[in-house]
Amino acid sequence: MMSTFFAILFYFATLVFVVGLLQRISTYTRTPAPLKIPTTPAPTSTGGVVLRMTREVFLFESLFKANLWTWILGWMFHASLALVLMRHLRYFTDPVWSWVVSIQPFGMYAGIPMVLGVAGLWARRIFVERIRYISTPSDHLMLLLILTIGLSGLMMRFVVHGDVIAVKGFMLGLMHFDLQPLPSNILLYLHLSLVALLMMIFPISKLLHAPGLFFSPSRNQADDSREKRHIAAWAKKLESEG
Amino acid sequence: MAELTAPAYRVIPIVPALKPGAMEGSGPFVSNEKMNEALGFPGKLVDDWHDKAIAKMGDLLGKYRSLKVYMDACVHCGACSDKCHYFIGTQDPKNMPVARQDLMRSVYRRYFTWPGKLFPKLVGARDLTREVLDEWHNYYHQCSECRRCSVFCPYGIDTAEVTMAARDILDSVGYGQKYDIEIIGKVHKIGNNLGLPGPALIDTMEGLEEDVKEATGIDVRFPIDVKGAEVLLITPSADFFAEPHIDSLIGYAKVFHATGTSWTLSSMSSEAANFGLFIGNYEQLRKVALRIRQAALDLGVKRIIVGECGHAWRVAYSFWNTLSGVGEGADPDDKFAQMLQKQLDHRYRQPTHICEFTWDLIERGALTFDKEANDKHIITFHDSCNVARGSSMGGYPGGQFDIPRNIIKAVANHFVEMDPDTTHEKTFCCGGGGGLLTDDLMDLRVKGALPRMEVLQQAADQQGVNFLAVICAICKTQFSKVMPIYGFDRKMVGGVHQLVSNAIKLGEK
Repeated sequence: MMSTFFAILFYFATLVFVVGLLQRISTYTRTPAPLKIPTTPAPTSTGGVVLRMTREVFLFESLFKANLWTWILGWMFHASLALVLMRHLRYFTDPVWSWVVSIQPFGMYAGIPMVLGVAGLWARRIFVERIRYISTPSDHLMLLLILTIGLSGLMMRFVVHGDVIAVKGFMLGLMHFDLQPLPSNILLYLHLSLVALLMMIFPISKLLHAPGLFFSPSRNQADDSREKRHIAAWAKKLESEG
Repeated sequence: MAELTAPAYRVIPIVPALKPGAMEGSGPFVSNEKMNEALGFPGKLVDDWHDKAIAKMGDLLGKYRSLKVYMDACVHCGACSDKCHYFIGTQDPKNMPVARQDLMRSVYRRYFTWPGKLFPKLVGARDLTREVLDEWHNYYHQCSECRRCSVFCPYGIDTAEVTMAARDILDSVGYGQKYDIEIIGKVHKIGNNLGLPGPALIDTMEGLEEDVKEATGIDVRFPIDVKGAEVLLITPSADFFAEPHIDSLIGYAKVFHATGTSWTLSSMSSEAANFGLFIGNYEQLRKVALRIRQAALDLGVKRIIVGECGHAWRVAYSFWNTLSGVGEGADPDDKFAQMLQKQLDHRYRQPTHICEFTWDLIERGALTFDKEANDKHIITFHDSCNVARGSSMGGYPGGQFDIPRNIIKAVANHFVEMDPDTTHEKTFCCGGGGGLLTDDLMDLRVKGALPRMEVLQQAADQQGVNFLAVICAICKTQFSKVMPIYGFDRKMVGGVHQLVSNAIKLGEK
């Protein structure tokens, strides 16, 4: 019964996540950037832009300039999250890819700084007057959601061990459209439901900051406005109108 | 209005506490029917403003990737929250960049996203009510579009883009700002922001020639409407008569004179400023820029050089190629741009900033200076926001910081820097940029200058600074006006080419 429920939930969540995100990305791609607006000083070549974006994506360069505490907490959370996600690939691959095996020790403990990072960001949101002022209920709930996912995962890893072999069987089953039983475990149910919820709200929430960064004209444009004429199709039309 | 007083300096760099509502109802005058209609906007707030505004917003979301992505991507991390000079100076939380964006983002969520349509309270979505529209008029005219917040945002969200969109929407429903709209009207009608007609301009230039002759004994020319001149100088019209702007104009003319450059002004296109940028309206931005294209074509010039003006340089450097074809690299079948680009001399960057021009000559040894002439000045340089964060110079990232400083060091002996957290890309706006340089916003302008005045005071106390060099007409006017309120001498402000003018040796080469 619960196995079927979670199977349907995950198929649905994946569909919403993938279709929603693709739809969003395609909107960003189709919307023109009519003017050159890189925040300068900006790189003058495409190669330079790739470097700038790489620094933003992996090091959060701008945030580092802005606020050291937010940077420490935010970077710690995101880097740990990346490790945790990579570690979870073991539940979706058989045999497990060797690089996934090799990061297991890091991935298992990364859950701790991840949760600490989220908790720290939440504390900042509650205790710093300016940040509290700009926070909406959804900002708090998003942190609660991620914190609960993280804590339930850590509980299963370090306190009440679940049947991970069976979980893996269920996930592989989902991927091959061959439904396998999901172990009956309240913590696991909680963990999985919230992950599915996170996937579903991804394309309609501020989680869009992830794809959004790649489409931000102030970061992804090269500073070459005098050397190349840049013009959007709708703006070009104005020229034929006289 | 009560007498203006400067807010107290902070102990740097403490972030101020919030004072909600501190700047409520402190917005600018609303533009009148005649001004609006001259630009093709509705004369006054239309009856169906709600639907029109939402439709306009949808239109802009489809035309500007920046707006679309910036509406979605913000996570309310607060990185920008203490970076705006207007927030620091007023302590009004709605002047935090993120909160300013949220004035529009809340409406975006309500009308353009599912969560906002279904659970508005949860995600901070709001209906576009008359109160919200008033709030837009108020707080989107407390942003100088200086882009300082965009430097610190992890996604590069630029509040200037949001402010411009908001002003564009307000104009489209007949609820714009008087100062900006009136000025754009003057450019269309007369050719410059001041409404200075051609004959008056010619007269002024003749007067200048006499003044310079009297002061130096040399016939420095201020040519106007000279067909076949090599260089067309496009400079802010404040340079023609405002103090201290005019001293920089004299500086440009002396540099041209010293090198025997043939140059001209245009009476038809006597304005570098482009307030179309401030109101975020592409058609207006383009229409104002097209005057320069027309002047260049009519006069047959080979080069276009831009005088000391911050936002004008952003428009010239970043947008002219797009708007009017002043630049290079247009497609061979792009007739509109090619028509002009074939005429221009591509051994030079088009357009060229006057500082690029002068520095290039200095590097080549074409100018000589008597640096002692500036010895009474201990100089520091204020990076103007649009130059620093919206343009470049010299063809490499950061040239916009080096080149003006290089010139100052070449013409004067005493140059010092202000606190590095407030210069280069982290520079603070003067407090009067972005279309806010109007008397009805004086309180805001004084408060917005606070962060710059604090570090200037520091530099004056510790390093004896007595001259603030800038390359922006708005900075010059704003500082001249607000610095006395902070206890500085208004004559402390001047242009980089004013220093050049003081030191340049004429008639020797």
